[in-house]
Amino acid sequence: MTKLDAKIPEGPLSDKWRKYRSTVDLVAPNNKRKLEIIVVGTGLAGASAAATLAELGYKVKAFTFHDSPRRAHSIAAQGGINAAKNYQNDGDSVFRLFYDTIKGGDYRSREANVHRLAEVSTSIIDQCVAQGVPFAREYGGTLANRSFGGVQVSRTFYARGQTGQQLLIGAYQALSRQISLGNVKMYNRHEMLDIVKVDGKARGIIARNLVTGELERHAAHCVVLGTGGYGNVYYLSTNAMNSNVTAAWRAVRRGAYMANPCFCQIHPTCIPVSGSYQSKLTLMSESLRNDGRVWVPKSKEDVKAIRDGSKKPTDIPEEDRDYYLERKYPAFGNLVPRDVASRAAKEVCDEGRGVNKSGLAVFLDFSDAIVRYGKAEANANGLDPNDAALVKKLGTKAIEAKYGNLFEIYEKIKGDDPYKTPMTIYPAIHYTMGGLWVDYNLETTVPGLFAIGEANFSDHGANRLGASALMQGLADGYFVLPYTIGSFLSKEIKTPPISTDLDEFAKTESDVRERLMGLLNVKGDKSVESFHRELGLILWDYCGMSRNAEGLKKGRELLQKLKKEYYENVFIPGTMDEYNPELEKATRVADFFELGEMMMVDALHRNESCGGHFREEYQTEDGEALRDDENYTYVSTWEWKGDGEMAEYREPLVFENVELKTRSYK
Amino acid sequence: MKLKLKIWRQKNQNSRGGFSNYTVEASPEMSFLEMLDVLNQQLIENKEEPVAFEHDCREGICGTCSMVINGQPHGPMGLTTTCQLHMRHYKDGDTIVIEPFRANSFPVIKDLVVDRASFDRIIEAGGFISVNTGQAPDGNTIPIEQDEAKKSFDAAACIGCGACVAACPNSSAMLFTAAKVAHLGHLPQGQVEQSKRVKRMIAQMDKEGFGNCSNTYACEAECPKGISVANIAKMNRAYFSAVVSTDEK
Repeated sequence: MTKLDAKIPEGPLSDKWRKYRSTVDLVAPNNKRKLEIIVVGTGLAGASAAATLAELGYKVKAFTFHDSPRRAHSIAAQGGINAAKNYQNDGDSVFRLFYDTIKGGDYRSREANVHRLAEVSTSIIDQCVAQGVPFAREYGGTLANRSFGGVQVSRTFYARGQTGQQLLIGAYQALSRQISLGNVKMYNRHEMLDIVKVDGKARGIIARNLVTGELERHAAHCVVLGTGGYGNVYYLSTNAMNSNVTAAWRAVRRGAYMANPCFCQIHPTCIPVSGSYQSKLTLMSESLRNDGRVWVPKSKEDVKAIRDGSKKPTDIPEEDRDYYLERKYPAFGNLVPRDVASRAAKEVCDEGRGVNKSGLAVFLDFSDAIVRYGKAEANANGLDPNDAALVKKLGTKAIEAKYGNLFEIYEKIKGDDPYKTPMTIYPAIHYTMGGLWVDYNLETTVPGLFAIGEANFSDHGANRLGASALMQGLADGYFVLPYTIGSFLSKEIKTPPISTDLDEFAKTESDVRERLMGLLNVKGDKSVESFHRELGLILWDYCGMSRNAEGLKKGRELLQKLKKEYYENVFIPGTMDEYNPELEKATRVADFFELGEMMMVDALHRNESCGGHFREEYQTEDGEALRDDENYTYVSTWEWKGDGEMAEYREPLVFENVELKTRSYK
Repeated sequence: MKLKLKIWRQKNQNSRGGFSNYTVEASPEMSFLEMLDVLNQQLIENKEEPVAFEHDCREGICGTCSMVINGQPHGPMGLTTTCQLHMRHYKDGDTIVIEPFRANSFPVIKDLVVDRASFDRIIEAGGFISVNTGQAPDGNTIPIEQDEAKKSFDAAACIGCGACVAACPNSSAMLFTAAKVAHLGHLPQGQVEQSKRVKRMIAQMDKEGFGNCSNTYACEAECPKGISVANIAKMNRAYFSAVVSTDEK
């Protein structure tokens, strides 16, 4: 296949989804009962899809490698979920959410998908409220909102700093209900290790029971992957330790295409690395930039004094601080989008103004916000707004109410009290906009194989806006896939249940066994973890926050060398027939090697800077990203041909409703 | 700092376990799990089997990590999961005893890994609101008083880790179950099914073999999310009113 058909419906943008829903082929209830669907991954996208498909009457089998669907990494999302409700009467609308997302994504996403996302966003909030998600409320009992980066309206719904947790629990409960009704068969502690294709269509999976080690065959009429992103290819990221690309990569190995793999989001506000033993990085929600001010000292002397401990950040007077985001981007200030904020932090650290020992940290300071809130509270309660101690006390309380749990997380990790001294933060890998290529139906290039949530590429372009990941995961699962899957299944109503005795299942199972045994039999000297760390460093150094052609070529060579060593010298203790976390990691890291190479090839081919992809050769005089709309307004998709060989295909992006502009937050 | 570790090793559910001794070099900035990573790296380098322990998000929200450290689930710090515990709270020469969560309803899978599927089955029994996708009215048609929303949230903050069960002398799951009953019960949309929910969830809890509550409050003391035992009292009240009700539910 060389031509990619995105299957975007005809007609004006705002009518496409409505018309599609009214005309897409349906499956009658009596037929739904006969059709089986496998859903792999039970995070926000997977759990909401599995629950909704089961409610509709399909027979669903859901798989997670976790011990329970409630552990999925969606749970760690802190800040919130966007929806174009316009409850704040501040001029929000479906079009504005659509426009902000397209612009925020640096004009590298598909108009029709993004508009659909904005349209269904409002239903998500209603659904979650009905499920009992305890969103933040105003005094009158109505839903509260806050603002997020890259946006000038207040459209983010939240549940303290644990929005992802509460939304996931909502989806998990909906899924649990369907499990109890017998509509979903849940397979916990099962990891998908391959897709089974029959006559070109995805008809099942090979999964490993992680407790017994047994390989199992599972068949269905189609397969849905909601298996998340691949940020852990960098080893250090804000992703959970077990997040991986294996399910998606196995799909690529079976003929699905990967789209824009080099588009990775680096989150500006994470707790900086403290040592070589570091296993992961912890995010501090973007919502903190609503009230926190980012700065570094103006002078190198002050930087030195802070690094050697002779000065504290609070000793630096106001006029000697450089609030560089407010200086460079007066219109958006500390609320510029993530890619812009991350690069700006790198820039001041590259200048030698980083504020910790490694020189890779900037301050996020709440002292002004504490005074501002304190004065407002004093005024509201008839107290003296000029009493500094009282104002500080009241302000601290107000900040605690908004961000208490985040401050606690910080304090536990760093041992510093961010109410008294500024936080130190630095960018870290957080999310991957790239993913499996899907058409408007969310179907990959393998018929019957669908991808939802972070696992697909479709909505965020080259940069995702804050509070949009939760929105997309739930949009796909609750409101999009349950319709679009009918486009495939309506043609399958005469297909009898798929048998796992077919040769294709036996063959795929033996492929998997061979792969696992191959890794176990290397019997070398180095742990999987140590290879993963090295791989992560190569990607961070050459395909991280900024990239250049020379580095990408060198990085690819280093990666290939390390990959060769992996297959000669990795050591995996234990056997295949038992609970063996090292073996699980080993297959995941093996897939990360191949994906990493594809990311570098993609990054090298894209001779422009856009969103999270910053190529040093392509920047404006003042260091901003320089897009090349004439030559790169397309989705690059890659077919894996084996052993580092790849073929590229393009989906041109057509913008009929927005004008491509230089993204400016100044 | 040099630490002595006594760690519970058990090959699988059917074999007998026992303690093994290790020493490890740690630094104060490390997290507790990173200290175990260092130990496992050593073991792998010596071609020995690493210690199996569960973990995922490493930021205190997924509820996966589960171990008893010197007799306390999630270790010595209040309101802290094992993954959020840092080594600066220990000193050179300390001995640390590490065991799995122990309860009949949490069988050991390997070493420090236990099976907590019984919690999922309690939720499946009724820990949800029966609303299909697409049936919801506009979010703002159900106003909820801030204080009620807060109480609901405080209970909903449960991460399902099972520390409450591990801490309880009776291995009771009352705090876990009550947290879900309270999360949904404090909301008007959750009130509709409350009597049915509380009866079913408690029946499932008993079926799983969890013990009863005898008011030691160890669960609240060890809960990394500070879930209050007041929720248990509220659940008991809801349960009594449900079982004496003449309405068939």
